[in-house]
Amino acid sequence: MLEIHGARKVFNPSTPNEVRALQGVDLQVEKGSFTVVIGTNGSGKSTLLNAVAGTFYLDSGTIALGGIDITRWPEHQRAKLIGRVFQNPFSGTAPNLSVVENLALAARRGKPRRLGWSLSRGIIGELQERVRSLNMGLEGRLNNPIGTLSGGQRQALTLLMAAWLKPELLLLDEHTAALDPKSADQVIALTREIVERDRLTSLMVTHSMHQAAHLGDRLIMMHRGRIIQDFRGAEKTRIRADDLLARFEEVRRAEQLDETAAEMLRRAYI
Amino acid sequence: MNLLIGALTIGLILALLALGVFISFRIFAFPDITADGSSALGAAVAAALLVKGVNPALATAAGFAAGFAAGAVTGTLATKFKINGLLAGILVMTALYSVNLHVMGRSNLPLLGRTTLSTYAERMGVRLLGGERNLTVWGWEVTSSDASMLVAAFLAIVLVSLAIYAFFQTNLGTAMRATGDNDQMIRALGVNDETMIILGLAVSNGLIALAGALLAQYQGFADVQMGIGMVVWGLASVIIGEALVGSRQLGLTISGAVMGSVFFRLLVAIALRLGLNPNDLKLITAAFVFAALVLPATIEKLRVRKARFLRA
Repeated sequence: MLEIHGARKVFNPSTPNEVRALQGVDLQVEKGSFTVVIGTNGSGKSTLLNAVAGTFYLDSGTIALGGIDITRWPEHQRAKLIGRVFQNPFSGTAPNLSVVENLALAARRGKPRRLGWSLSRGIIGELQERVRSLNMGLEGRLNNPIGTLSGGQRQALTLLMAAWLKPELLLLDEHTAALDPKSADQVIALTREIVERDRLTSLMVTHSMHQAAHLGDRLIMMHRGRIIQDFRGAEKTRIRADDLLARFEEVRRAEQLDETAAEMLRRAYI
Repeated sequence: MNLLIGALTIGLILALLALGVFISFRIFAFPDITADGSSALGAAVAAALLVKGVNPALATAAGFAAGFAAGAVTGTLATKFKINGLLAGILVMTALYSVNLHVMGRSNLPLLGRTTLSTYAERMGVRLLGGERNLTVWGWEVTSSDASMLVAAFLAIVLVSLAIYAFFQTNLGTAMRATGDNDQMIRALGVNDETMIILGLAVSNGLIALAGALLAQYQGFADVQMGIGMVVWGLASVIIGEALVGSRQLGLTISGAVMGSVFFRLLVAIALRLGLNPNDLKLITAAFVFAALVLPATIEKLRVRKARFLRA
């Protein structure tokens, strides 16, 4: 279970580029829940994921995972509990290492790395087995540098790597945004399969209203560093992509109204 | 012939330098110029201990350890203190100049008449050859000490290369390679990339210092100036090696770096024999590395332009 309380983060404070990325986010993701996060550009959804992953520390607020306070843990220490898939398919794998070497690295996520062989005979069999289960025909290319594979193949392998040790929390950061539609569908199907099979607690950010409507058991909408909507249960099941677009339009209009109102006040009083 | 054997031996010893530079520049993509200081440090520490009568193997190991520590300092400056990698190397290299003078007590320390690893190699050679002072190889007259030194250097390099090859296939070594390849990925897999860089630079500079320690024993002295230009030497060897093997596969690149070092040393020996002014050596080496770094991109650009021209 993931618990975030009062998370605040300001980038470039007291400069012209100041960005209030998170403005007091409270969120609890129950164990086994697959929660999808959507939001406008700059709403703080990716920032929220990065805050949980430990890319930076919060200005204030706490993050706990499985009852452990990880607010001050560095990124590599949190990786013991968290599996991650990045937006950029090149971010999740080491291009010059072979497919097996990448997978073997993931099979030791968060464990000590000493002088044992990274490709021991025991692990290779399991690696082959799991790669075959992807049905992507990659089992014959295990010794190729992973950088020679396509973005979709790399993203599928990154997903496999992130979920390898059944992490306490799986973070998916718009992990299909950079893929062509067919690969994106493949990766989404794989995501659903892995998350459901291992009942992984997952937090997924997406741009796609379609994915948001069809995936997961809970949907969170963010805007300007805050959570503005939280659909779950039957409400989540009912929701359609069009409803989400309408809701976004509403937010946008409210914002415009705010601006004109401010303009009117300025004219009247200054 | 003796010139050739000397060039081969030095090329093999400096292959350790090439391997060190290979680790920092190629595996970690870290422009580490600590090497200029740590190669002299290895020589200084080993020489100072040898003069005190310490066992040569122990003195050589101490040289390695000193370089290891120097590399760890550079790594710590670059990661924990967030100093630019190039600057961190310059700082440590500069500091090491004073350290080396302190270690040796003066700027040049001769090892004449001391028992060194070279002495061991010579004795071994003499014993194996049954006391023969000279031997004939394919019609060439060679002194047994030169030959045994060459063989010893060769064996040492083979051993170290195998050890490095094995190391980079362990869990720790693979994590190091991944750190240089994609640090974001390896952090997400629970590895402290800063520790990897510190350890990697330590190993790299340990090897470079080992090269210095062996070189001092081979040439019979340690000099505080002997490290100047070592980074560029090593880089040249690595680049030549990559051209020779034409592959990024780990085992091939390691043997490539060794071959590159030997080949480069041979080229230099031939150039000197043909009348190259030794004073120009470093200038030419630098120009060579520059060309090797720039040429591939330029050739590619020309090729693309030509293809576009032909299509039009």
